[in-house]
Amino acid sequence: MRKCALSVMPDLLRAVAEATPLYLPVDTDKGDALFTRWFEGADWSGACNTARGPKDLFFPQTEDLVAFKTAGKTVEVLDIRREQEDFVVFGVRPCDVKAIEVLDRVFLSEPVDSFYAARRNHALIVTAACSRPTETCFCGTFGIDPTALCGDVTVWKTEDHVYWQAATEQGERFLAALDGFLEDADDTAVTAQRAQTAALLSRLPLHSLRADAFGGGKTEAFFDHPAWDTLSQSCLGCGTCTFVCPTCQCYDIKDFDTGHGVVRYRCWDSCMYSDFTKMAHGNPRLTQKERFRQRFMHKLVYYPENNDGLFSCVGCGRCLAKCPISMNIATVMNTLGGDAR
Amino acid sequence: MQSVTRQDLLDTALEKLADGTVSHVLGWSRGTFDYEATPTLFSDPDTLRTAFVWNDFCGANLSKYLIKHTRRLEGRLLVFLKPCDTYSFNQLLTEHRFERERVFVVGVPCNGMADPRKLKAQADGILSVTAEGDTLSVETLYDGTRTLAVADLLEERCLTCKSRRHAAYDLLLGEEGEVQDSARFDEVAAIEAMSPDERFAFWQKELSRCIRCNACRDVCPACTCEQCVFGNPSSGVENKAASNEFEEKLFHIIRALHVAGRCTDCGECSRVCPQGIPLHLLNRKFIKEINENYGVYQAGAEVGTRAPLVDFTLDDPEAETVVRRGDDA
Ligand code: SF4
Ligand code: SF4
Ligand code: SF4
Ligand code: SF4
Repeated sequence: MRKCALSVMPDLLRAVAEATPLYLPVDTDKGDALFTRWFEGADWSGACNTARGPKDLFFPQTEDLVAFKTAGKTVEVLDIRREQEDFVVFGVRPCDVKAIEVLDRVFLSEPVDSFYAARRNHALIVTAACSRPTETCFCGTFGIDPTALCGDVTVWKTEDHVYWQAATEQGERFLAALDGFLEDADDTAVTAQRAQTAALLSRLPLHSLRADAFGGGKTEAFFDHPAWDTLSQSCLGCGTCTFVCPTCQCYDIKDFDTGHGVVRYRCWDSCMYSDFTKMAHGNPRLTQKERFRQRFMHKLVYYPENNDGLFSCVGCGRCLAKCPISMNIATVMNTLGGDAR
Repeated sequence: MQSVTRQDLLDTALEKLADGTVSHVLGWSRGTFDYEATPTLFSDPDTLRTAFVWNDFCGANLSKYLIKHTRRLEGRLLVFLKPCDTYSFNQLLTEHRFERERVFVVGVPCNGMADPRKLKAQADGILSVTAEGDTLSVETLYDGTRTLAVADLLEERCLTCKSRRHAAYDLLLGEEGEVQDSARFDEVAAIEAMSPDERFAFWQKELSRCIRCNACRDVCPACTCEQCVFGNPSSGVENKAASNEFEEKLFHIIRALHVAGRCTDCGECSRVCPQGIPLHLLNRKFIKEINENYGVYQAGAEVGTRAPLVDFTLDDPEAETVVRRGDDA
């Protein structure tokens, strides 16, 4: 394990950013934090987590795929892809690192999504272990230890130091390049912090929420559950929960008429919307209840069914914090969980 | 603290259910945390007794849900409306979104609602919140139990409340309030006083945070189109993403124009925006313009009024006056 004084972090981050584009959580003037490209004076935010996950850096909300130029009766296909450069994402929380694993299974399995793959292959992820979880956090429900080593490198921030440990070879190389800033350290402080954080986690309001009742093969147990009616009753169908979720992965492909050609792009979609997966006959999910059910069944049943039991919720708590009606996956699990038929 | 208690509301609801006046009650239940409430439809007295809440976090305006529930259910619905909510209720009636007879309105006085965002900015790791008079006792993970004054946590819309008098009710609980001498246009005036470049930069910065989740539209009691232009894939405009910066602003400008003269300034759009964009300022600008050009008009103050923008009177200012005033601003 290596360490540096907290006070050298600005210089260290500058050195990283000068070598490779660097993204890190920076406070906004709205009182939240967002992943932001490093700039001179950018401070590493102390927020429990960013308002949105690092998903945007791998799977942006909109992305141009290909363009077509028309001239008379000919259509020219233009390759508008750009070379992807290496980049570093610093300060990713462990839940969000798990969320990237959820996305990987979707975008990196055959047929591989080359846009996503390019970004993943060029990214180095530095995880920031948690020491100040908040009431919306429930990563433990999905087996995540937010104090443990993950990503390519993990940092533990204490009052006056930052401790570093590599988890991958790429991470080792990254730390080697920062050698001038780091010194050897034992893990006493980190071990103490981990124990302290574990005690805090056990006091969180959602600490006892369990996912055991869910998983692959549970479609019939939950699909026709009578509670969907009441759970979905006040859902606005807005899509906030899907757009702030670090694992929501659905997108739509659209053509934008530029006047002299077409740009084909994709943008995030939401199962909460009335035109989601709309086909010639309409949306197969006619009511908000069905759309609402889809979101939670996907996270808790369908995804694990196709991905070796991995849930596609990581307990980051963003949808809990942002839903206008305070309805969310934790309430859904609590309501359905003890009552699987 | 609210001047009528949960028990007052609960007793009324139980009585109206029991005597057959209504078949359902639209109110709030506790959200995931003590500082949140979920709009909830009740029909069973026992559930009502255990789950119903009325506290400083019942900000959600229930009037828009009446469209959906009156269509879906038989019988009459009891709804609890705060003063600002009753303006939305009247506006919906003016637009014939549901039938008045289907609803039994219980007006509840309101002393202002607390903003969970302000609470969370002051207290980290909130385990529980209990109301104690004019303060909240907040049990936290990091700073023990804190006592915070509700007055310091009020939502922006409550700090600039336009009216504590209900614009509609069948039964009023507690004391009726007064129309307020609100400073709600001050912030708009401050933006008007900016140079065009500053103003552009202000909105550019605010709107560029938008993630197009559409929560502002979906919660808005004036947005009741059966098919929103931004939810129709054949309309040629994008509902889920801004394909460019221009479209990012277009969504908000179009929405503000669609609700101009119909927006009651209930403040729900700003309350729900996950990105903290002060959307109410756009709508208030329109209200201010209407007030200044056509005389003071409050949407939803009464049922059946014609909004100045869809009406013609001989007193209307000439179009060029309006345009010139706009230029000056
Ligand atoms: S669950 Fe909440 S955030 Fe999600 S669509 Fe419904 S109202 Fe919006
Ligand atoms: S469903 Fe909610 S808690 Fe789960 S990963 Fe998505 S945003 Fe986070
Ligand atoms: S609620 Fe906020 S983020 Fe969502 S679409 Fe409206 S302005 Fe944009
Ligand atoms: S945005 Fe405009 S078109 Fe859409 S529902 Fe609102 S008023 Fe109607």
